[in-house]
Amino acid sequence: MLERLHDHGRARRLFRRRILFAAALSLLVVFTLAGRAAWLTIAQHEYYQAKAENNRTRVVVLPPERGRIFDVNGEVVADNVATYQVQITPEQSRDVEAEIDLLSKVLDLGPRSIEALKERIRVGRRFDPVLVKTGLDEVERARVARLKPWLRGTEIVSSLKRVYPYGELMAHVVGYVGRINAEDVKRIDPDAYRGTQYIGKTGIERQYEDRLHGEPGYRVVEVDALGREVEVLETVRPVPGKDIALTIDIGLQGVAAAALGEYSGAVVAEDPRNGAIRAMVSRPSFDPNLFVDGISHKAYQQLLNDPDRPLYNRAVTATYPPGSTIKPVMGLAGMQYGLLDPDEPFFAGPYYQIPGNDHRYRDWRKWGHGWVDFKKSIYRSVDVYYYDLAHRMGIDRMHAFLTDFGLGVKTGIDLPGESAGLVPSREWKARTKQQVWYPGETVIAGIGQGYMLSTILQLADMTSTLALSGTRHTPWLVAPVDGPRAPRDRVALDKNDYWERVREAMRAVVGNKRGTAHKIDAPYPIAGKTGTAQVFSVAQNEEYDAEELERRLHDHAVFVGFAPFDRPELAVAVLAEHGGSGSGTAAPIARQVMDFWFDVRPDADVQPEFTEYGD
Amino acid sequence: MGSERLQSTPLSQRLGGTLQSVFKLDPVLLFFVALIATIGVVAGYSAAEQSDAWVERSVVRLALGFGLMLLVAQIPQRWFFAVAPWLYASVLLMLVAVWLAGDMGGGARRWLDLGVIRFQPAELMKVAMPMMIAWFLARRPLPPGPLDVTVAMLAVMIPTVLIAGQPDLGSSLLIMASGLFVLFFAGLSWWYIGGFFGLTAAAMPVMWFFVMHAYQKERVLTLLDPTSDPLGAGYHTLQSMIAIGSGGVWGKGWLEGTQSHLDFLPEGTTDFILAVYAEEFGLIGLVLLFVLYLAVVWRGLWIAEHAESVEGRLLAGSIAMSFMVYVLVNAGMVLGLLPVVGAPLPLLSYGGTALVTIMVGLGMLMSIRTQRSFLGHDR
Repeated sequence: MLERLHDHGRARRLFRRRILFAAALSLLVVFTLAGRAAWLTIAQHEYYQAKAENNRTRVVVLPPERGRIFDVNGEVVADNVATYQVQITPEQSRDVEAEIDLLSKVLDLGPRSIEALKERIRVGRRFDPVLVKTGLDEVERARVARLKPWLRGTEIVSSLKRVYPYGELMAHVVGYVGRINAEDVKRIDPDAYRGTQYIGKTGIERQYEDRLHGEPGYRVVEVDALGREVEVLETVRPVPGKDIALTIDIGLQGVAAAALGEYSGAVVAEDPRNGAIRAMVSRPSFDPNLFVDGISHKAYQQLLNDPDRPLYNRAVTATYPPGSTIKPVMGLAGMQYGLLDPDEPFFAGPYYQIPGNDHRYRDWRKWGHGWVDFKKSIYRSVDVYYYDLAHRMGIDRMHAFLTDFGLGVKTGIDLPGESAGLVPSREWKARTKQQVWYPGETVIAGIGQGYMLSTILQLADMTSTLALSGTRHTPWLVAPVDGPRAPRDRVALDKNDYWERVREAMRAVVGNKRGTAHKIDAPYPIAGKTGTAQVFSVAQNEEYDAEELERRLHDHAVFVGFAPFDRPELAVAVLAEHGGSGSGTAAPIARQVMDFWFDVRPDADVQPEFTEYGD
Repeated sequence: MGSERLQSTPLSQRLGGTLQSVFKLDPVLLFFVALIATIGVVAGYSAAEQSDAWVERSVVRLALGFGLMLLVAQIPQRWFFAVAPWLYASVLLMLVAVWLAGDMGGGARRWLDLGVIRFQPAELMKVAMPMMIAWFLARRPLPPGPLDVTVAMLAVMIPTVLIAGQPDLGSSLLIMASGLFVLFFAGLSWWYIGGFFGLTAAAMPVMWFFVMHAYQKERVLTLLDPTSDPLGAGYHTLQSMIAIGSGGVWGKGWLEGTQSHLDFLPEGTTDFILAVYAEEFGLIGLVLLFVLYLAVVWRGLWIAEHAESVEGRLLAGSIAMSFMVYVLVNAGMVLGLLPVVGAPLPLLSYGGTALVTIMVGLGMLMSIRTQRSFLGHDR
């Protein structure tokens, strides 16, 4: 007990010493602060007084104009247009109340906004302009201008607003800008964005934000004792953002969107010679103009909850099973690995069985195809041929070859949000599903089903590689500042003949009378491959409607193709969701796209007229 | 108990004591706090361009703040420590929630949105932290042993790191300081204190390269050369130094300041109000204000020294010294001694949540002062 009391007393004395120390410390802090204040106000007084005299100037930030975005022919796809607003400066007005009354008549202001306006004037400083109304139309501007003699404190000022004249058509490529929010602030230099309202949120607008934004300038103005601007002393003009030219041809884009019609899906058209993307359509789409000044919560929820998912980029973000469009690449792999002699006949029955296993992998044609060679296996799209090939190749070699071909790997296009797709492997399955790989999974992978997934951009890129016999380019939408893009490593095969065999077989898909896409045979030679992507299930969060359900259980229609056959200039990939068959639905869409490209504009000098496509 | 004490109080203390017995407060503290708040309104009126509306709102806020302080002063101090661990734990949970929500891409990460009310858990932690550490250490033999120090340090550092990552470096430093002061008053060995400062010094490079955001680094660098960038981070510091320096010893007189009125001072009524005040009232005004702040701090320390319970002593000491740190961080920034962090000046800066925190702290000081147990005359 005594000891504890002793301890208590010791702690008490310790505490008292600490209190005294803290008191001394705080005295020291105050001495430091006061000392600093004394140094500023006594020793440095004259220096700062002179500064303050010079400080009759104020720096006003001048935000840069954002670069515009054009299509390949110079059509504006993202523009800045002037919008007008009315503001009132109480000090310059003889009678603010009277002016507001007058304005409320010509501008149709409601009693509530008048109330709010008067409150803002009461709270604000008398020489600061107060905003009355934004987004004036011409009539309103004219009315205010006519009343100017009676509106001495009122002025009309203009500011620039981002506008997307093509609306839905380019929404997934160009993206949109929006107000800078807290997330954006983390990735920008706040000083470079002083005075700037907008920042790129998605698409090209986001990808090329640095190039589009420009640098702010400032104006040094002399002000009087109350802060009114008296004279401009110095102006450093802002450096406007750079304009950007896309590879997209808005005419082709419009045709592709119109050809897709009511289907959800995507169309990607790539120039195989350099990787330039000529059209990239994702449907359904949305109006990017809604986002510029902040979309209403309700409208945004509507877009988010729309079962057709209009905000989803079906060309580069969505992934689908590539289906039979993978078969030409499978054929190449077979030849390269020495597993396939293109001339050797193969008997394709109605189904395929792994030796020693009962399960039947059926062909799409119930009674099979009989004796086929490689060429026929492509233009008739013989499933059994590829079941057999895939089984003999094994998943490891298949994975290696398809990966080299760019499947399951991001293409590196200059757009945010690209998906890599998936080429399955043993390692992938062990990692994500903790399961071993089954031989049956190899079999269905051989016709682009099962786990395999790719973006429509990847399919267009794969088709470009086939078209140019292995020469590969990174797909792109905007030319880099520093010179042309370097081509990627080409896909090297042992013999160039392999490429020819595959290309000829793809030509037969359209050219041969029994080819699956023969009905799109055109005056210029098209080569291609049809496909269907199986739809396995209906998304769980959707309401079931018998008719709707039936439509949704339809397979996705896929087609990839290039033309002209001899010197390819355009590779096209089409996916129409629930379109049924590739030959019936997707191939004709690709034909329309190619028709526009080759018929309407045989050479670049002819300028077609186009107005509004797609909407 | 209260009535017993009243009867045994000598007559000489009656006059002051009557008020205290009915309505528990510390008149000395109240006097200095009210003086500072008055200066705040006077300086704010000038900074807010003589806007009557601003003065109305400001006075209403201050009135509510004083009401809150007196309300807290009525709460028996043992209640603070009864709720301390629960309050601390729930604020910690909120911080984790904000951290998780922020990771999911919500914009304003500092705020916790409960649908009806939105608030900053960091602000609550400023109150909860010293309560928690005081509660914990008061239950241990003092001075604290290595194990208790470790536990207390963890309780200090976890919220500090969470808040620093929000990112709200200013608040996290203030919160860390409030916790560390409790340890200091609990008799933390000077070896530990020296080691802590050594570690902090060693951690500086790590912070610089891995933790601090680019804009935070820029603010530190511009301390060395504020003139480097007219649109940049040095602007604030430079303008406030011009305002103070040109004010001189006697100041330019009330409403006569030019720098604030010319809009050179950003956030004139909030973080930089001291510069507006200094320009108009000069060095004399500044020293007067600093003395008033020092008076509040010393009164707080006096209350700590005379507090009955161990936890009351620790809490009071920490509140007083935290108040000092608030003043140091803001005034240091305005005087160009410390980097620009968003920290308000107690009782002068115009801002709701910060005022609430300060007033709750001062209320707790008053509660500790006035609610002595009837045994408490052993000095």
